[in-house]
Amino acid sequence: MTPVPMEHGFLLAGTLFCLGLVGVMVRRNLIFVLMSVEIMLNAAGLAFVVAGSRWAQPDGQVMFIFVLTLAAAEVSVALALVLQFFRRFRTLDVDSAAGMSG
Amino acid sequence: MLNLLYLIPALPLGGFLALICTAGRLPRVIIATIGVGSVGVSAALSCMVAISFVSGPPVGHAFSQVLWTWMELPGFAPRVAFHLDPLSLVMVLVVTVVGFLIHLYSVEYMWHDDGFNRFFAYMNLFVASMLTLVLADNLVLLYLGWELVGICSYLLIGFWYREQANANAAIKAFVTTRVGDTAMVVGLFVMFYSLGTLQVQELMAKASEQWQVGSTVAVVAAVLLLGGAVGKSAQLPLQTWLPDAMAGPTPVSALIHAATMVTAGVYLIARTHVIFTLAPVVQTAVAVIGVATLLIAGFSALAQTDIKRVLAYSTISQIGYMFLALGVGAWSAAMFHFVTHAFFKSLLFLGAGGVILAAHHEQNMFRLGGLRRDLPLVFWTFLVGAACLSSLPLVTAGFYSKDAILWYAWSSDKGGIWLWLGGSVGAFVTSVYTFRMVFLTFFGEPRTHVNRRPGVLVGIPLVILAFFSIFAGFVELPHNLGHVRVFSTFLERVLPAANSAAAGAGPETLLQVLSGVLCSSGVLLAYLLFLRGPEHVRVLAETGVGSFLHRLLRSGFGFDRVYDLLVVRPFMWVARVNRNDFVDSLYAAIAVLTDTLHHCLSETQTGRVRQYAFGIAAGAALALWMVVFR
Repeated sequence: MTPVPMEHGFLLAGTLFCLGLVGVMVRRNLIFVLMSVEIMLNAAGLAFVVAGSRWAQPDGQVMFIFVLTLAAAEVSVALALVLQFFRRFRTLDVDSAAGMSG
Repeated sequence: MLNLLYLIPALPLGGFLALICTAGRLPRVIIATIGVGSVGVSAALSCMVAISFVSGPPVGHAFSQVLWTWMELPGFAPRVAFHLDPLSLVMVLVVTVVGFLIHLYSVEYMWHDDGFNRFFAYMNLFVASMLTLVLADNLVLLYLGWELVGICSYLLIGFWYREQANANAAIKAFVTTRVGDTAMVVGLFVMFYSLGTLQVQELMAKASEQWQVGSTVAVVAAVLLLGGAVGKSAQLPLQTWLPDAMAGPTPVSALIHAATMVTAGVYLIARTHVIFTLAPVVQTAVAVIGVATLLIAGFSALAQTDIKRVLAYSTISQIGYMFLALGVGAWSAAMFHFVTHAFFKSLLFLGAGGVILAAHHEQNMFRLGGLRRDLPLVFWTFLVGAACLSSLPLVTAGFYSKDAILWYAWSSDKGGIWLWLGGSVGAFVTSVYTFRMVFLTFFGEPRTHVNRRPGVLVGIPLVILAFFSIFAGFVELPHNLGHVRVFSTFLERVLPAANSAAAGAGPETLLQVLSGVLCSSGVLLAYLLFLRGPEHVRVLAETGVGSFLHRLLRSGFGFDRVYDLLVVRPFMWVARVNRNDFVDSLYAAIAVLTDTLHHCLSETQTGRVRQYAFGIAAGAALALWMVVFR
């Protein structure tokens, strides 16, 4: 089995990251924004793994586990915030929370 | 005894501090006791100092008392020190004695005023400052006193500050004298730069050693000092403030704007007479200014209706005589006229105050009249003052002092026929306007109701001042009449004697007879015009030329109008146009720029998370781009 070339892995990671970023910027529904953030985190994790496999270092996978924990913690806090958000605004549209303008 | 000298100015200063610190919480009796008592004790002290000075004169006829060093600078250490010599002794005596009498008078005059405490506080401060001025050992301390009396004058002219006109008069007086003060302070710089000291005696000695007669620096210094004197003493061309200064209470006019402060210019010139002798051109200018002022002010007094304005113009005119005397080198004659003028002019002002008090604050002479039966004491003392002002021969002090000036204007080597002629015409006009005032106020039909008669506190100063107005003249009698020279001998220890080129009893007697005739005919003319046939004056004033002349004289030769056009209006125009100071616009622009930037930046704070995310992404991309491609 021929190894996947590093470039392919990075390309995939970059594409995923950009997709996630665009999702964060264009989506108005909070849940989808959170999912896009997850995608960006996973893209970063993927980049670590690809790099680790290229240079045969365990650090890449260690970093991925870190990213995974981080994502879990982030989601737990973020979901609590989403709940609070929904209670207050009765909607999940992020643009409705623009009271701090100016 | 002389060691108590410092107490003379210190006591009124203490009175001022006590009154201003208690801010009117004391009962009126105590306020009056402090206010009058401090000046009274100071007057008694100065009499005792004078007696011990005369009976046992100190070395060189001068006594110096150094209190402390004011400030210590390399090459310049002005001291707070008093210098007592015959010249300052005369000034101190007049200031404290006349000041005390006027304070006494004010107790009754101001009794019902709300500002009773404030009044006495300011008056005490004034006396303290005036004493500092005349006793100062150096010109810096003199200038301190000079400015302090200026501020007291401002405070007291605007004493009833609730009326806009009074406040305006105060500002006018302050600003006009400030023009002269600026010249004077520049003069002090010039003298210090050239001679390296401002200690008066040292300065005079050095000036006569190092400066040539008529040298530029002497002329410049003398001109600048003259500027200060002209401003303070209300001489041409800065005389316009004094008639308006009558807005203050009458005792203030008597003390500050007749007897003492306005003669500070005369004192300054006499004090620095060496510099004026070194600049003969300027000394001649002093005489010319004196004559011009005494004529202009004398004629202006002819057409005034307000009794206090007549007296104000008359003060300007009498100080003009003093300047004339200074200008022809008759230093002690100037000081002699200062002394007699202080007595009779404060007497006249206090008398006018009695009239004003009795007649519901009516100051227009044409609405007064016939008061001699209702106010006999005021009438008789006022008559004495008026006789003295118009220098009725032989009996009044004013005759001896004014006659001395006229004699020196004629005979001194710096004098001349024109100066004498101006002075004599002025003397004639003086007696006309003085007796016009007397006839209009005290004779004729009563046109006003007298509601209160002056009490004992008004009466005592009037009587004492009337006494002095008659008898103060006998300390100095001319050569052909007794030849008493007590006053001038006393002063000639500091001031040089006048040079009489054309001395001789013959012409002097002739001149005396002439001035006596002039003065009596002035009284007669006033009687004919204003008592016997006032309709002639009315007819005369209704002709074209007559009414023009009347308006011209009434307005004091239109100086106010001219200054208004030349100075006040342009200044107000600039002030109005430049309301928002154009220098400030630079700083305002900085503020506007910052404000705009702030608004631009705050526009980016939309509160939308997605836009923030975009901003973060764009920033990260930019940073990456810079790291990778640059």
